[in-house]
Amino acid sequence: MTADHPRPPPRRRFLALGPNELKGLVWQVLVVGIALAVIAFLWSNTVTNLSARRITTGFAFLGREAGMPIADSLLAYSPRDSYLWAFVVGIANTLRVAVIGIVLATILGTLIGISRLSANWLLSRLAAVYVETLRDIPLLLQLLFWYVLMQTLPAARAAFRPVEGVFLSNRGLILPAIPIAAPQLWVLGTAVLGLAAFVLIRRWLIAQQMRDGKPRPAWPFAIGLVLALPTAVSVALGVPWTIEWPELRGFNFVGGLTLAPEYFALLIALVTYTSAFIAEIVRSGIQSVPRGQWDAANALGLRRSFMLRQIILPQALRVIVPPMTSQYLNLTKNSSLAVAIGYQDVVSVANTTLNQTGQAIEAIALIMAVFLTISLGISFFMNWYNSRIALVER
Amino acid sequence: MTVIADIPDAPRAARRPQMGNPVLYWLRTNLFSSIPNGILSVVLLAILAKGIFSFVQWGIANAVWLTPANDSSACRAVRGLGACWAIIPEKYRFILFGTYPFDEQWRPALSVVLFIALFCLSSRRALWRRELVYLWIAALALISVLMWGGVFGLSFVSQDRWGGLPVTLILATFGLAFGFPLGILVALGRRSKLPAIRSLSVLYVELIRGVPLVSLLFMASVMFPLFMPSGFNIDKLLRAQVAIILFAGAYLAEVIRGGLQAVPRGQYEAADALGLSYWRKHRLIVLPQAIRHVIPPLVNTFIAFFKDTSLVLIIGIFDLLTTAKTAIIDPAWQQFSVEVYIFVAAIYFVFCFAMSRYSRGLEASSGR
Repeated sequence: MTADHPRPPPRRRFLALGPNELKGLVWQVLVVGIALAVIAFLWSNTVTNLSARRITTGFAFLGREAGMPIADSLLAYSPRDSYLWAFVVGIANTLRVAVIGIVLATILGTLIGISRLSANWLLSRLAAVYVETLRDIPLLLQLLFWYVLMQTLPAARAAFRPVEGVFLSNRGLILPAIPIAAPQLWVLGTAVLGLAAFVLIRRWLIAQQMRDGKPRPAWPFAIGLVLALPTAVSVALGVPWTIEWPELRGFNFVGGLTLAPEYFALLIALVTYTSAFIAEIVRSGIQSVPRGQWDAANALGLRRSFMLRQIILPQALRVIVPPMTSQYLNLTKNSSLAVAIGYQDVVSVANTTLNQTGQAIEAIALIMAVFLTISLGISFFMNWYNSRIALVER
Repeated sequence: MTVIADIPDAPRAARRPQMGNPVLYWLRTNLFSSIPNGILSVVLLAILAKGIFSFVQWGIANAVWLTPANDSSACRAVRGLGACWAIIPEKYRFILFGTYPFDEQWRPALSVVLFIALFCLSSRRALWRRELVYLWIAALALISVLMWGGVFGLSFVSQDRWGGLPVTLILATFGLAFGFPLGILVALGRRSKLPAIRSLSVLYVELIRGVPLVSLLFMASVMFPLFMPSGFNIDKLLRAQVAIILFAGAYLAEVIRGGLQAVPRGQYEAADALGLSYWRKHRLIVLPQAIRHVIPPLVNTFIAFFKDTSLVLIIGIFDLLTTAKTAIIDPAWQQFSVEVYIFVAAIYFVFCFAMSRYSRGLEASSGR
């Protein structure tokens, strides 16, 4: 029997393509060609249309006076400011509702998700009803509903007072506030620095424990750095921490922190709606931890809090974090519904700009740029967090 | 073997001996298993009772159910104390069908019935065959004829006058019917070995998913006229529909891609070994398995979509939510918007809840 020598593969010449590669190339050229043709067609139409309407493209309009009122903003703004500043104010408003919304929705959603697993039949049923109802009604409808409800609240004079110093009226929610100025910021800054130092020390303590196995308590450092140090600074500098109580004067409130009805309605709608989804994510995350893990932890005689913290939660988080990221992104994108009730977030500002100046392309491009940046930021942070808690395999 | 199979199952868990009344036993295990649990139950019961009591008082006991046409005085009398459900019989035709000619409103009503029948038929597993596609095409064509008219003695009704529930269903269903094939193509593109096609697909999906639907709708309503040659203009509803299809395509593509990834390699290799072409391989071997994997998340995407069609309110298209919002502009009824929103929320809820129940049923029956 002669050995069957495998034939050497034919040498390929430069640019020689097999039938499959040729087909692939043809497909790509075709698809890219069509895409480019469509874009070129749209582009040429747009250029003609814009010149016919005498709209100059470009971002020069950002320097002009905006002239639009923005009622509710964190940053100082007047209609005489430029469009650029109006956009910055809009972005700040978007971030204000998104960041606070994400924090509150996470807390509320986690509580409800845990409630759904409660041994208490009533609690778990109520949580289930909450989740089912809120998930199956459009967010925009809920938003309009809350906004209408805000408007039917009594006037400032007859405001509800659930707790002393808190007023709920058609002017929104008014809370007591602590005025924060430079001296208070110094104290808060010390606390943040203390927290950072504590995190480093804790990491070092754990590294030590890994080496010799002796547990070293970290909590004295926490108290010292995060509580005692800022308190000492505050006392030494004599920083005042007075609470400013809102007061009814005439037809409106003076002092305190005001959450305008638009902002408050948007926040409630976003938080309740998103928390229903987060509750489901948390529930399925906890349920994904195998029964054996609970049993094993019980068999080791671990305390319940320790068991939840060290055994269950780390495993549940692996399932929870990725879908949570998309909920955070959804909440941020959904904050653009603000335009329906007149809260001036970035989409609303862009919309007004577009109506005033006709700079449609630029306005939409700005919206897209802002949301893509925020989305990328959230994804980046959550991916970093996810890689930290991911299962480390050999 | 059969003998073993015939042995009845042992009871899974031995029943605890029940002491006395089964109701008391249930209460003790489910509501009062421990002291903190008991306190929690009592507090929750108290809150629930108060909530139900005030709702019954507002929504039933003090409510006004009917008033003479266009007279809201009875409602105003109980304002703040009771609900004014009378606004629903007063306005339901407008909320459901918008400004569609009043005498012709049986046509949108019939369309809604057709839509619902179509959804119910499509949910039957036994009917998932090629014929279903033809049925969809036929049903959508029939609905178009009903809504537009102009043939078979039906008077022509232009889209400007469409409104309410049919518009919501049209936006959602057509968005799905066109977004789904688009999503399949983009998902395949994203997994393609051809770099140009892959990057185009990635760009499309990420761009669309990165921005809110509101901005896409603005784009459709404001920028579309800029994109087209002058003099060429298409209807606002159609533009919104295109935006929704593009939006749906990107989200569905990601779900379908998940399904494609779940198909084992061996299936692709086997199809290649049979000498199937790319399209035949995907049509006959890969996609049927991939889609079967992702039916529950697909249904969830459909639900999300159905709700998202309400965003067309922002660009002034008369869907169900917009007609509801418009109905309460009427000064006589302005103060009773909460009742209208509850009514519309109930309609949305019925559709979405049915879909979510269905998705859960599928998940359970697929053995997970």
